[in-house]
Amino acid sequence: MTATKTDAPVTTASDEPADATAPVGSARSERLSALVQQHGALAVLVLVSIVASFSFDSFATGDNVSNMATGSAFLAIVALGMTFVIVTGGIDLSVGSLFALGGVLAAWGSRHGTLVALLLPLVVCGLIGVVNGLLVARSRLAPFIVTLAAMLGARGLMLAITDEGANTYLIGKGSFLAELGQGTTLGLGNPVWITLALFVAGAVVLRRTRFGQHVYAVGGNEDAAALMGVPVARTKIAVYTLSGALAGLAGALNAAWLASGVTILGNGMELDAISAVVIGGTLLTGGLGYVSGSLVGVLLLKVIQNIINQIGSLDSSYQLVVSGAFLALVVIAQTWLGRRRQLV
Amino acid sequence: MAEATLRTPPLDRARVLQWLQTYGVYAGVALLLVVNIVITPHFMSAENFRTQAVQVAPVIIVALGMALVIGTEGVDLSVGAVMALAASVTALYLGYGLLPALLVVALFAAGVGLANGALVAFIGVQPIVATLALMVGGRGLALVLLPQLEDLRNPALASLGSGGVAGIPYLILIAAALALLVAFVVRRTTFGRQLLAIGDSRPAAQLAGLPVRRVLIIVYVACALLAAVAGVLATARLQASDPTSLGNLMELSAITAVVVGGTPLTGGRVNIAGTVAGAVLIQLLTATLIKHDLPPSWTQIAQAIVIVCAVYAARGRGKR
Repeated sequence: MTATKTDAPVTTASDEPADATAPVGSARSERLSALVQQHGALAVLVLVSIVASFSFDSFATGDNVSNMATGSAFLAIVALGMTFVIVTGGIDLSVGSLFALGGVLAAWGSRHGTLVALLLPLVVCGLIGVVNGLLVARSRLAPFIVTLAAMLGARGLMLAITDEGANTYLIGKGSFLAELGQGTTLGLGNPVWITLALFVAGAVVLRRTRFGQHVYAVGGNEDAAALMGVPVARTKIAVYTLSGALAGLAGALNAAWLASGVTILGNGMELDAISAVVIGGTLLTGGLGYVSGSLVGVLLLKVIQNIINQIGSLDSSYQLVVSGAFLALVVIAQTWLGRRRQLV
Repeated sequence: MAEATLRTPPLDRARVLQWLQTYGVYAGVALLLVVNIVITPHFMSAENFRTQAVQVAPVIIVALGMALVIGTEGVDLSVGAVMALAASVTALYLGYGLLPALLVVALFAAGVGLANGALVAFIGVQPIVATLALMVGGRGLALVLLPQLEDLRNPALASLGSGGVAGIPYLILIAAALALLVAFVVRRTTFGRQLLAIGDSRPAAQLAGLPVRRVLIIVYVACALLAAVAGVLATARLQASDPTSLGNLMELSAITAVVVGGTPLTGGRVNIAGTVAGAVLIQLLTATLIKHDLPPSWTQIAQAIVIVCAVYAARGRGKR
């Protein structure tokens, strides 16, 4: 992980003369790079959506849009937590398992009322996030290996609750929880509104609060942040807790939507979430990122998926190929843009 | 006198920790063997040992490649996808005979490794992200090529999977040969030295004039090729190509084996013998839990705890 960071001085040193000769042009190109970095995904999303709505009659219909919005909501909530983690320079691979665990816990707890059904996944998944954060921040273990272990452990815990996956807990019809997942308000599903509210809150927290500035500072340069008096460890623990709790909440809402705690969900979800965050312009090296970009990234992934489904003749496996290729392209573009900005 | 007694405890503790990091994995394997001999019925049978060894062979082969990549301070998440890709390509080209099919598999694997290596070495993408893209895309490609499980009927492939020499299955022999080869490359060749130097400090290696990009690309290609070998062997053992589930979570098993075996994630050091022992340790642990009727859920939780403990133990050495 630090390979690219430590590599930076070498490249900047060798490219310095070229940079010094054209300070005016590079200032403009830096602004352009920043613009592409932040809004590139949005431009692609708009473009793809326009092309798709002309190509397929059923793309821009109300039903399809509303389905896509609801389908995106759960991944978007996971990606929101992931954004915070990635901005600190970390990564959370446990979210897929926590998503499944959250769903099962919500369905299991729903017999004791909606409050239990919502609090249980939040608390349990949040606690697993705390453990992740403690191991990363206090014991200084590599985030990806810690959260990889948590991914395994959380899935094991989920299997233990469901008699090795044989037992699927159901959520009763007509309960408030079911209404929360399946009901609609103003034509859009309730999960969509919850997701939007969470993103507004997330954007405010990341942009306008002391905690948000700490998150950026830790990701930008951990040592410098520590010297400035930023509580580095506490910030890291907080972002992993947030990511775990949000993944649990997303799982709970998804279970409410499906009316059952399905055990096989969430496989590979961490990859989708990371892809969405990266596509949205957040740098994996940390220190730079946008909550709104992650939402755009999720929507872009879902639109591509929808288009592949609309074509029909294409197998759904093409979704994976396209996602992988897209992720690679975005990362290449980001690295290139980042290098240009670094020169200035 | 007082000074000496004051000074000894931390020294001893450091020595114990160091010993644990280097030999802990062998001690763990020995402990599990002893425990199993005492409490597990029929553990000492040759049949049981053969089964365990055949099961662990693909993990060892993948872990060898992973150890090389981790030695350069990278990580390769795409190994499971490469195994799946190898399985579906084998199924597609087996009609032309086993050897041509293996050649095409090698081509595909080299392609994936080349893409990984180019992203890391030339573009400067973090290894975890570069290989993540190939992990998603590679699995997708495997499923596009072969959408579902397909039974394979090929005598050559069948004998590769279940045959052997003097009672030792080919799988074990191939895994052992590859382990020796990789250990030789790391310890006794210029390439191995360059690999470790890059893992220690990439800028320093670059300033020292080492062919950093070439070495990185070769390492990722080698890792993909080893994963492909594991994929073909697993397919041969199953007598079926299963791109949906073959190699799932293999990246996790391989990373675990490498880390448990005492190779630090920070690069610059590779312990091949430890990696093999690490894979065996995890295999024995899983087998022990399963044989005593512990459900898979607890097996997974136990594995998670072992990973965290191993990484925690390896942490101290990384700092020194």
